[in-house]
Amino acid sequence: MSKTIAAIATPPGEGGLAVIRISGADAHAIAAKIFRPVNSHRSLQDAKGYTALFGHFVWQGKTCDEVVALSFRAPHSYTGEDVVELSCHGGSTVPMLLLQACVESGASPAGPGEFTRRAFENGRINLAQAEAVMDLISATGRQGAAVAVAALEGALAKRIEGLRQQLTTLAGHLAAWIDFPEEDVPALEQQTLQQTLSDCIAQLQKMIAGYGAGAVLRRGVDTAIVGSPNVGKSTLLNLLSGFERAIVTPIAGTTRDVVEQQVQLGQVRLNLFDTAGLRQTDDVVEAEGIRRSYAQMDKAGLVLAVYDGSREICQEDIALAQQCQGRPALAILNKSDLEKNFDKQQILPYFGKVVEISAKDDSFLPHLTQAIEELLGVSSIDPDAGLLASQRQLEAATRAVEALQEAAAAQQQGFDLDAVGVCVDDALHALYQLTGEEASEAVVEEVFSKFCVGK
Amino acid sequence: MDFLGSYDVVVIGAGHAGIEAAHAAAKLGAKTALFTLTLDGVGNLPCNPSIGGTAKGHLVREVDALGGVMGIAADATFLQSRMLNLGKGPAVHSLRVQTDRKRYHEYMKHFLEKCDNLELKQAEITGISVENGKVTGVQTNLGGFYAAKAVVVATGTYLGGRIFVGEAGFASGPDGQHAANQLTQSLQEIGIPLRRFKTGTPARVHRRSVDFSKLEVQPGDAEIVPFSFLTEGELKNKVECHIAFTNPLTHEVIQNNLHRSPLYGGQIEGIGPRYCPSIEDKVVRFAEKERHQIFVEPCGLDTEEMYLQGMSSSLPEAVQNEMYRTIEGFEHLEIMRPAYAIEYDCCDPTSLQPTLEFKQVQGLYGAGQFNGTSGYEEAAAQGLLAGVNAARKVQGKEPVMLPRHTSYLGTLVDDLVTKGVMDPYRMMTSRSEYRLTLRQDNADERLTPMGREWGLVDDIRWKKFCQCHEAGIQERKRLESTTIRAQELEPVFLEAGLQPPGVGGTAATLLKRPEVTYALVAKVIGWGEGLDKRTAQRIETEIKYEGYIQRQQRQIQEVKRQEETPIPPDFDYAPIKGLRLEAREKLAKIRPRSIAQAARVPGVSPADLSVLAVAVAACASQPQKKENEETP
Repeated sequence: MSKTIAAIATPPGEGGLAVIRISGADAHAIAAKIFRPVNSHRSLQDAKGYTALFGHFVWQGKTCDEVVALSFRAPHSYTGEDVVELSCHGGSTVPMLLLQACVESGASPAGPGEFTRRAFENGRINLAQAEAVMDLISATGRQGAAVAVAALEGALAKRIEGLRQQLTTLAGHLAAWIDFPEEDVPALEQQTLQQTLSDCIAQLQKMIAGYGAGAVLRRGVDTAIVGSPNVGKSTLLNLLSGFERAIVTPIAGTTRDVVEQQVQLGQVRLNLFDTAGLRQTDDVVEAEGIRRSYAQMDKAGLVLAVYDGSREICQEDIALAQQCQGRPALAILNKSDLEKNFDKQQILPYFGKVVEISAKDDSFLPHLTQAIEELLGVSSIDPDAGLLASQRQLEAATRAVEALQEAAAAQQQGFDLDAVGVCVDDALHALYQLTGEEASEAVVEEVFSKFCVGK
Repeated sequence: MDFLGSYDVVVIGAGHAGIEAAHAAAKLGAKTALFTLTLDGVGNLPCNPSIGGTAKGHLVREVDALGGVMGIAADATFLQSRMLNLGKGPAVHSLRVQTDRKRYHEYMKHFLEKCDNLELKQAEITGISVENGKVTGVQTNLGGFYAAKAVVVATGTYLGGRIFVGEAGFASGPDGQHAANQLTQSLQEIGIPLRRFKTGTPARVHRRSVDFSKLEVQPGDAEIVPFSFLTEGELKNKVECHIAFTNPLTHEVIQNNLHRSPLYGGQIEGIGPRYCPSIEDKVVRFAEKERHQIFVEPCGLDTEEMYLQGMSSSLPEAVQNEMYRTIEGFEHLEIMRPAYAIEYDCCDPTSLQPTLEFKQVQGLYGAGQFNGTSGYEEAAAQGLLAGVNAARKVQGKEPVMLPRHTSYLGTLVDDLVTKGVMDPYRMMTSRSEYRLTLRQDNADERLTPMGREWGLVDDIRWKKFCQCHEAGIQERKRLESTTIRAQELEPVFLEAGLQPPGVGGTAATLLKRPEVTYALVAKVIGWGEGLDKRTAQRIETEIKYEGYIQRQQRQIQEVKRQEETPIPPDFDYAPIKGLRLEAREKLAKIRPRSIAQAARVPGVSPADLSVLAVAVAACASQPQKKENEETP
């Protein structure tokens, strides 16, 4: 039996609706904890397949949103397992909160491609589809790995490494004491044990609490790239992302696998949204695109306004600059490799700063990074805060804290140290999993490097 | 070359791995020959005269539960017994006994001589014959050839053995027996990747030269628990052990002579075990430690030889004399056999399957120290599994494998074949993520039914197991349904010096309290019918640790699904898009059997695993095309 998993199944960003998909044997039970049907005679837990319920997302005593719950019963669902899909209003806040509520109610965040993998394993999709999905997973896997590595190089890594060291020392001591009873390994002082446990619990809880607050570093900054057509927005996007763009798939349900276009730029992660070029138009479709571009700007935490430095400044450029006034916006004067014809003084009053670059040349990246960091005031964020960067990290931290609490409880209830040791190991395992390393080898290494044991 | 006979299974080496392998194969009905360099070396204990210890004791219990020999032999020949780690929790209780080295050897030799289907033979095996990737037999140094359908290599420290004492270095097996010098080349020729490991042993000294009045006494347990689930009757300690300590003077002697140690002089190329450091290592690496302890252990009842546990060394004899004699109580020490380091050839265990059969040669198995482990118990456990699989192969049956959650044996084999080893591998309780479930008290519950299915567990053992198992179930029911009132508890608690709980409850609820033992509860409701002490202890632990055990059961269930998703043995990793290069190389080398095993291969990330899972599932519905597949 595998774990019940949950994830936001719709693409990130602004949309009318967002769908959180929960799949696995406990899907209905988990959803029922956070969904209250309007019709009190109906219950989600008893819902048959292919039925819909209307109700509210209720979390910590508060009604957060109106939600439609769709029930699917195994094997008649996308994954072939019991599935509940909760449709809520779009945006970034409610879906994230809803997902977090699912996780705290017992679901595990879905890994890259996990829904699709389950669908395939349960025979719900065919080979051709599976292969298309594999391409996707590998692409997002690389991307995800890049993001994870970046996150782990920063403050979070230091913080987690600190915790791991503390716990590895503890586990190593316990292991040496247990595995070499005939050697003079000193018994672990109950007080030291208690101190370490409560210390680690406190640190982890702080990180978990920070997950809700530090949205910028956690989710990254929603970044809109705006500008007239052909000023080099896409080139800039490619410069920032450094590899191929997000992949779109015709297979329903795999959109979650295409993670948002995220890039790690210095200390911050940018969620990039390329937008339609901004200009006056009579074309209805294009007009809608432009309306959305402005809407995107409204939601964005960072606006990168791109101008063509080789062109003369025009009225549209001034209009865009005016739109940017009062926003966290950076003017980027592109095509610095060409002759400069743009009068930047005219837009300077609307922006804090204008950066001149050539988006084709990646040697400008550090320059750009510095400007963005200054604009966002990243330097003012406590670098030691080490915020959790993803739902997976949140889950690992949550599991670790649970295991440590269990260890502390075992100690308090007077259980022998073998029970405590197993819980500490579980916590370590959760923390090591973040980087795909092995906890038990680390503990063994600790034993032999710190203690003079062995016959 | 003279043809000397035809066998189903040939086992090379009659140490602890070879003994279990040959016994298991013979018991399963395979016509088996067990070869040893000398019949006087069968079941030798060339290092510690002891069996068991932390996690190792668990392995002995597991070997016994599966129908192996080691536990019975240890019970029959022990000198002193101790249950280690009492007071640290039932998961880590571990049995360790001092053994009469000579009697252990004699017991084993005689035992094997009496086994049906088993021939014990003295000969040096110099070559393994392989045709078309399949084992066909073995050659001896006397020009003989024995045909065999399966061969188990259990050569221990004899293969290419080389001993070092100070500046002296020479080809030798342990204990003055000769080394197996020719087999290495044959193994290399058939494509087995070999490496060089090192281990060492301390001096044996004469009892009369030790002043025991200056040493601490270490007595055995008052109440002795046997290794074997079959052993009955009262057991008694026959000897005492003692503890001595090194001092700054000892360390000074060692420091001053380090340049004469082959370990530090560079003559030894083999990699030594981290857990078995020589005294030189200890003094250098833990310079701040003022003293190191030494256990003085008798080697047997009919000898004055004593073993100095904790003082293995490769320093020259003269330095050994000087060094040992700085120790209080050892002033006039008389060395009978000097300490030595020994270097030997062993295989890279990642070239093995979880069945212990080599990937590249059908019918060839490895077991014991040859697989990169250390310790008699680790060897015995592997030997049993290799023997069972060798016999099954010959009989055309599916091989057997033990997943990690079933046993320390399964954990050991999985670690070996999945992660490989950097130094000789010693079992430790911390290596098992399931150690609350894998206790020494429930080895029979975990493994005896499996041993029965394989044909290793005879009727006597099976009957005894069924009785204990049934009594356990009945007792569990009784404990859950018997309610005890508070006033019944009070006198019993007070008598035991405990604070009475003030409220009653079922016997099972009471047992959940850490301070309440089964014996205490039994004082109120009577001892369970037909219940032996060991089973009572097991039930108490299972009730007390129920929450933790359930937690581990959930983890086991989660992994099980992945464990049951097989990866075809000839699966091609090259065409899979999206696997990182490191993961692709590692997976192609290890060739994991299941998705769960793949997840444990070092360097395989969760993203790699997702890609792999889909590729494997795709392969199951439409197998990969083989290059040389014939067209119909």
